[in-house]
Amino acid sequence: MAQIAFSNLRKSYGKTEVIHGVDTHINDGELIVIVGPSGCGKSTLLRMVAGLETVTSGEIRIDGRVVNDLEPRERDIAMVFQNYALYPHMSVFDNMAYGLKIAKVPQAEIRERVAVAAKMLELEPFLERKPRQLSGGQRQRVAMGRAIVRKPAVFLFDEPLSNLDAKLRVQMRVEIKTLQRRLGVTSLYVTHDQVEAMTLADRIIVMNGGVAEQIGTPLAVYEKPATTFVGGFIGSPPMNFLSVERLQGSGLAASFGEAAPTLAKTVGVRPEHLSFCGEGQAAWSGELVIVEALGAETLAHVRLDDGEVIIVRLDGGRTAPVGESRVHVTCEADKLHFFGTDEKRID
Amino acid sequence: MSGMVEKRGIGTWLTHLSLIAGIAAICFPIYVAFVASTVTQPEIARPPMPLLPGSHFLENYGTALSQGINSPVWLMLMNSSIMALGIAIGKIAISILSAYAIVYFRFPFRMVFFWLIFLTLMLPVEVRIVPTYEVAAGFGMLNSYSGLILPLIASATATFLFRQFFLTVPDELIEAARVDGAGPIRFFIDILLPMSRTNIAALFVILFIYGWNQYLWPLLITTKPEMNTIVMGIKQMFPSGDDVAEWPVIMATALMAMLPPVAVVVFMQGLFVKGLVDTEK
Repeated sequence: MAQIAFSNLRKSYGKTEVIHGVDTHINDGELIVIVGPSGCGKSTLLRMVAGLETVTSGEIRIDGRVVNDLEPRERDIAMVFQNYALYPHMSVFDNMAYGLKIAKVPQAEIRERVAVAAKMLELEPFLERKPRQLSGGQRQRVAMGRAIVRKPAVFLFDEPLSNLDAKLRVQMRVEIKTLQRRLGVTSLYVTHDQVEAMTLADRIIVMNGGVAEQIGTPLAVYEKPATTFVGGFIGSPPMNFLSVERLQGSGLAASFGEAAPTLAKTVGVRPEHLSFCGEGQAAWSGELVIVEALGAETLAHVRLDDGEVIIVRLDGGRTAPVGESRVHVTCEADKLHFFGTDEKRID
Repeated sequence: MSGMVEKRGIGTWLTHLSLIAGIAAICFPIYVAFVASTVTQPEIARPPMPLLPGSHFLENYGTALSQGINSPVWLMLMNSSIMALGIAIGKIAISILSAYAIVYFRFPFRMVFFWLIFLTLMLPVEVRIVPTYEVAAGFGMLNSYSGLILPLIASATATFLFRQFFLTVPDELIEAARVDGAGPIRFFIDILLPMSRTNIAALFVILFIYGWNQYLWPLLITTKPEMNTIVMGIKQMFPSGDDVAEWPVIMATALMAMLPPVAVVVFMQGLFVKGLVDTEK
């Protein structure tokens, strides 16, 4: 159990700075998901906590203790790697026991701790097998077991599910969440998959270009994205972005008054907040390009008059006005998000 | 044998015939050597040479082992074994350690050292034999096991091979070991060595035979008969001038000289092949 704090954490490779100062505080037992596109610095941040990358400036504290210059083993952490990183020549038991053996834990206790973890992860029948004799999901469990037996203060997950097929990923996602709840260990989880982030996290850190763009609970991040990047990254299909000028010419402007913030440049609106309407109420008009019927939902792509394409999400039962080439789209005024020239949210 | 080109009828016969012919061409001289080691000297000297084994097997091999011509063959076999084992084990130990240093540690002039080691590939023993002899003699290593082994122990090939293998070991594994608390020495012993098992076995076979077959270097560095190795010993059994060659004893020695390398290959073949083709990480 531990709290983690970053203060003005920076990382440079030579002259290139890849993490531009991250500040945050993580509470005891929280599951924090760091999410962002490739190259945003999320893995680097995690590896700095693990002690696998040096800290250029700033501080990382685990339970109040500055760990910047400590070796990984002195930080009381355990890590689950993307490719599992199991020792290929060791049995499942030895893989899980290796860290304890090095820490000189007595044999009897090692056996007991591994047995408990194996039971929890349903790995008991496989303890004598080698990693190559296991399926992807089982290897993933062994990697988690190796982390659990050490009873660390912090779990670090580096895209642990990216090598599994889609179905298994959903299942393991639930298992990780359940396990983390049960053990109550503070965890940092890195992923590029926003669905994983939304479902797992107590709080999300959205990273882009080495900056933490927003830190908050999944719903807060979804409902009030701090930047256009966050709005576009979290949520699928992504938020639609349009320029504010277009709004002012539309029917919405009337009901909205001139309330659009004066500095606003971009307006964002989620696909599920858009709906089709008659020509009179239309905020935007355009032509229906394609309709994706996904069962539970239907996605209609509409090309507006100036060529911009927006996505409208409808409930599964309802179909888009097929056959009509020209459609009109509207939205409730309070569902609009405004962003300024600096891409930041304006409330 | 699925996956290979299948031949039927006459093709199969031809294939087998040519294979058998090839094997016969290789085995016949060995067979003649065996026959020669089981008969008496006059029987060999009187043409035609016999083609069926004689009745002096025990006598000839006994003579060779206990007395030989210059020195007893058991002693030369032992010398050769010590030298071949020393070279094989020493080369593996030194090259795996230097490859470990070059791949996993950042120290000044790391690549310079790597290329220096690599350059020695161009300098086999024969090229540098005079200076090497000078050095060995200066250290007083003439007529000693260390003189036979140490100058041949550095190996760029093995270092390079281990380096290439270490480069394929995923970084995540090293990081996992670090998080588990393993320092550099533990990582080497607990993880890298066991993972290199098949490579070590393959190299051992190659290097043992390399060491066993050494001829020129033992010839230079040893002058006393009791330090002779078997490969050079056979040559020295040949008579000079008008002496009578003890062909049955020489042939018995030659056959015995073949046995240890054959044994090593046979016993380690499984691991050897695995080491060359296995890519499992």
